[in-house]
Amino acid sequence: MTRIQVYEKSYGQERMEDAYAQLAGGLDVGALTSCPVELAAAAVKLMGAQSCGKCTPCRVGLAQLEALVEQVLDGTATREVLDLIAELAEVVATSSDCAVGYEAGAFVLTALKGFYDDFVSHIENGDCTADAFAPVPCVEGCPAHVDIPGYMALVQAGRYRDAIGLVRKDNPFAVACGLICEHPCELYCRRGMVDDVLNIRGIKRFAADHSDGDYQPPAAEPTGKRVAVVGSGPAGLTCAYYLALMGHSPVVFEQRERLGGMLRYGIPSYRLPREALDAEIAWLTSQGIETRLGTAVGTDVRLAELREEFDAVYLAFGAHSDNRLGIAGEDAAGVLSAVELLRAIGDEQLPDLSGKRVVVVGGGNVAMDCARSALRLGAESVTVAYRRRKLDMTAQTAEIEAAVAEGCKLLELHAPVSIDVSGQEVAGLVLQPQAIGEIAGGRAKPHAADAAPLTLACDLVVVAIGQRIDASSFESEGVELQRGMIVSTPKAEVPGMEGVYAGGDCVSGPLTVIRAVAAGKAAAASIDSYLGFDHRVSFDIEVPTAMFKGRAYCARSNMTEPAIETINGNFALVEAGLRPEEAAQESARCLRCDHFGRGAFRGGRSLQW
Amino acid sequence: MVKHVDKGLKGIPGTAFEAANEAAQATGAAQAAFVTLTVDDREVSVHENTTILDAAHKAGIEIPTLCYLREVNEVGSCRVCVVELAGENQLVAACNNVVRDGMEVRTNSPLARRARKLNVELLLSQHDVQCTSCVRSGNCTLQALSNDLNILDARFEKNVRTAAWEKSFPLIRDEGKCVKCLRCVNVCEKVQACAIWDVRGRATRSTIGVKGALPIEESNCALCGQCIVNCPTGALRTRDDTDRVLEALADPDKVCVVQIAPAVRAAWGESLGLSHEQATVKRLVAALRTMGFDYIFDTDFSADLTIMEEGSEFLERLGTGAGDGTAFPMFTSCCPGWVRYLKGHHPELIDQLSSAKSPQQMFGAVMKSYHAENIGVDPERIFSISIMPCVAKKHECAIPCMDDAGAGPDVDVVLTTREAVRLIRAGHVNVHALEEEEFDQPLGIGTGAGVIFGVTGGVMEAALRSAHFLVTGSNPDPDAFAEVRGLYGWKEATFNLAGTELKVAVASGLANTERLLDALARGEVSYHFVEIMACPGGCANGGGQTISENAAKVSTRSRVIYGLDAHSDLRFSHENPAVAACYADYLEKPLSERAHHLLHTDHRAWSMPHEK
Repeated sequence: MTRIQVYEKSYGQERMEDAYAQLAGGLDVGALTSCPVELAAAAVKLMGAQSCGKCTPCRVGLAQLEALVEQVLDGTATREVLDLIAELAEVVATSSDCAVGYEAGAFVLTALKGFYDDFVSHIENGDCTADAFAPVPCVEGCPAHVDIPGYMALVQAGRYRDAIGLVRKDNPFAVACGLICEHPCELYCRRGMVDDVLNIRGIKRFAADHSDGDYQPPAAEPTGKRVAVVGSGPAGLTCAYYLALMGHSPVVFEQRERLGGMLRYGIPSYRLPREALDAEIAWLTSQGIETRLGTAVGTDVRLAELREEFDAVYLAFGAHSDNRLGIAGEDAAGVLSAVELLRAIGDEQLPDLSGKRVVVVGGGNVAMDCARSALRLGAESVTVAYRRRKLDMTAQTAEIEAAVAEGCKLLELHAPVSIDVSGQEVAGLVLQPQAIGEIAGGRAKPHAADAAPLTLACDLVVVAIGQRIDASSFESEGVELQRGMIVSTPKAEVPGMEGVYAGGDCVSGPLTVIRAVAAGKAAAASIDSYLGFDHRVSFDIEVPTAMFKGRAYCARSNMTEPAIETINGNFALVEAGLRPEEAAQESARCLRCDHFGRGAFRGGRSLQW
Repeated sequence: MVKHVDKGLKGIPGTAFEAANEAAQATGAAQAAFVTLTVDDREVSVHENTTILDAAHKAGIEIPTLCYLREVNEVGSCRVCVVELAGENQLVAACNNVVRDGMEVRTNSPLARRARKLNVELLLSQHDVQCTSCVRSGNCTLQALSNDLNILDARFEKNVRTAAWEKSFPLIRDEGKCVKCLRCVNVCEKVQACAIWDVRGRATRSTIGVKGALPIEESNCALCGQCIVNCPTGALRTRDDTDRVLEALADPDKVCVVQIAPAVRAAWGESLGLSHEQATVKRLVAALRTMGFDYIFDTDFSADLTIMEEGSEFLERLGTGAGDGTAFPMFTSCCPGWVRYLKGHHPELIDQLSSAKSPQQMFGAVMKSYHAENIGVDPERIFSISIMPCVAKKHECAIPCMDDAGAGPDVDVVLTTREAVRLIRAGHVNVHALEEEEFDQPLGIGTGAGVIFGVTGGVMEAALRSAHFLVTGSNPDPDAFAEVRGLYGWKEATFNLAGTELKVAVASGLANTERLLDALARGEVSYHFVEIMACPGGCANGGGQTISENAAKVSTRSRVIYGLDAHSDLRFSHENPAVAACYADYLEKPLSERAHHLLHTDHRAWSMPHEK
């Protein structure tokens, strides 16, 4: 009899781990489709399955919790039952001996608090408050509700121009989004329950790259109504584009000399090539958008004048002010904000960073954009300093990996405390090593580690710690602000200012392109109604019939970023698109939720909005 | 002259498919791509985009279905029609998936058989199996499937849910019998544009309920009953009022007077095993007389009366109101489902409804006044019954102001065609052995113009026949307006009436109606007179008719009705001698004061739940 055996995973344990991984994958992509109360009942049962059964609250309490939540679902519970659930969940959460029990209790408590209205609705109406079941998860997950299964099928059929036309029914930036969309749709792709989520952005990009010729979206008769659009970023141009299709005459005011807003001044061309951006914007404006470049609303022209001259106004300017570090030496020459750096690049006035040692402060996508741009501007070295851990960075993982692959160094857990200045120039950045600790508000908080500060000798410090809105001139004209941002209703109206609408970053703070597109789309619909019309945007194209394919497993094809030979001065697109055979295989992986499953119920597709 | 606005025959499930097939055959279908496949080893060639179900049908193989309703509910939810495809590891629903070239379909592979049977067993585990006391016993798709699939044991734990329902409402839903096929939701939404049903709850608790969790009586339900006649089980049914009739028949103080609606005669025999030739209205009269009804009359009589009143009202509007914009179009008011829909969804149009009551209510008012006087009976003793192809009539007769004869409700009880059949069966009347008998007189006289009220376009055609006479003094060819016939969802025509261009339209099915109203509101069309029937195809396909999965039922019943008109001696409402006598003896003339009191109504005297 041996006292101890060499550790080996049993067959059963391995299968169990597989089962958990599969379950996690399914749950990962299913978040849009479940009722929170159903989820709570199922979760407490699943979590209870991990109980060893030693302790009362976990052994008995979790089963009782499940039974009570089931009562709510069956419509047999009263409001008093909710009080009992709250009390029981709290006691399970506080008196269990180990994490199995107290985390399960806490889960129910959080669900009850977060979805109290749903619990009550089940009791009073026998149903959820959320009555709209998302039939096609990816479409629901896309802020602009692009018809994803539709264009997957069109790409599958080799009809790339139709695919782009279908995308543009809901999102005019088909080309730009093919290159840089954050693709929240992929979070919910049901293919993830089978093997891996679909590469939706990759297929969009493929369609854009292979779309032949031009097409004309259906446009309404001219209405003679004129709408001023302030800002030519994705929100402004989206709104202007749809207004033009609806027959109105939008006029876009842009304070800079080029159109595109943050698409141009926030995203470097190695991710979004200027030619592609210029071509897409030129196509959009050719649909009937008038532009006034170099005209800043607030200084060159007042909002009041626009309201006088136009039938409606849409405010859609961006977040072009920087957050500052607030440390000594920040005013020295050689300290740049991310916005300043990216704006100069956007205007094609490329700073020469040859031989310079650059430190970028921050951990978001903008920080990565600055770091990778600095390399391309000739920097001798680029270091990204971040006060939290690498895994806490808000930048997309692919962006961080690409920055590192291109030669940027990451210095995680280091917070800037001061800037060493020599003469008028930056000589170095003093960083305090940090340790990670408490989690507050869902984010891990760093604190100063018991270690000496580190000085990073450098010639340039780029501060990329977030952007703000400067809406002060609008505030002086009566636009209400909250935390510096414009207040607007869900219909994009600016309260108290008839005919004035707002959306995009100036309302939400800096967000993604697709969120801005969604905002511009909603505003176009609201403005159309306000102007007394009911135009519908549609794209009359028949989507290929879904063919039954059975269940087969197939891995996801990703885009690649081939190694760059010479990075200095090389602003060429780094990402390689899918190959034709990859695009064919990938689009065929689409499960066609517009036809199979709930999509079959009401058609799976909205033909117009 | 006639334009069929809607070639799609929308709203009459199955008919568009037939039309599309005919059209394809007519054009030779030369350009359509064909694919060849095998179904259970039988080779068949069909158009691409044909469903597996239709391809199998062409190969002579009927795949069982449950939730499927052509063009309306192609959702693949019941998984009864699943078949196996060679080379695929998943079964596929035959109803909503299309064929591929070279496909090998096996409808009865062991896996397909197992799945079909087990899925029905699962439905049965949640079904309140009360076949012995269910109105749909013998006419239930679930029951038939279960029998066909030889399901003899209940292998799964029974889990029948219940839900509260207002049983006094004419439409009754039984949660325990619902198989969640979604037909009612889609019929109500797509065909009838009411969308009162919705899916509620998630996962295993997913079911059907009234949208917005409203009690049904507070919803905007038109009571068309199309959800009932398209329900595959007994989950949706009509309130049964046969006991009230039996009580009245047993009461010696009551004089039971019954009227039979035009469309009833085209369907009543279907579930009694009678052919359409056998199932004449005279045989129905004989059956009812056997059961003890004192007077058996024909609603065709009051349909003719309706023409006199509504036609005169229309000509009056045409004479005085032309050009003022609000008078036109005038809408027919004989369909209570349509009246409920208009009041609930378009209250701004109420004044454009004809003020004429429906034939049922005209008859009721005449029975308890003129007829009571004729037979010398206190109207309080008259128990007025009508047999209708309709659910909404049950609501209509109970509207408080429908009591103009002054002796309680003008119509006391409405029985649907189905209830009348149940009454006959409960009375163990052998309809096969009955000789035909005549209606009682004089209110048993109807014309061919009255009988075509039972089908879409009929009211319009009858009205035009008499309008022509009223304006010109001479009868037109009775078939002069035949162009408004046909099962199109929305028809329009222009006729020259003594020099006046008359633009008319006919729509049936409320989604078709909604499109017509939308076009009117947008100014895309304009009409003088519009006939609306809530049920697609009109009363022949009414929500109170015999239930049949046979999609051809509407056209068959319509043919019966037009055949009766064609063979009728009288084909003009104004030539109905009983109608003439009624005016001469009692009502004086159309639109007289007494006619107004008895035969017209104020549509604003009652409200739909959400009527503004």
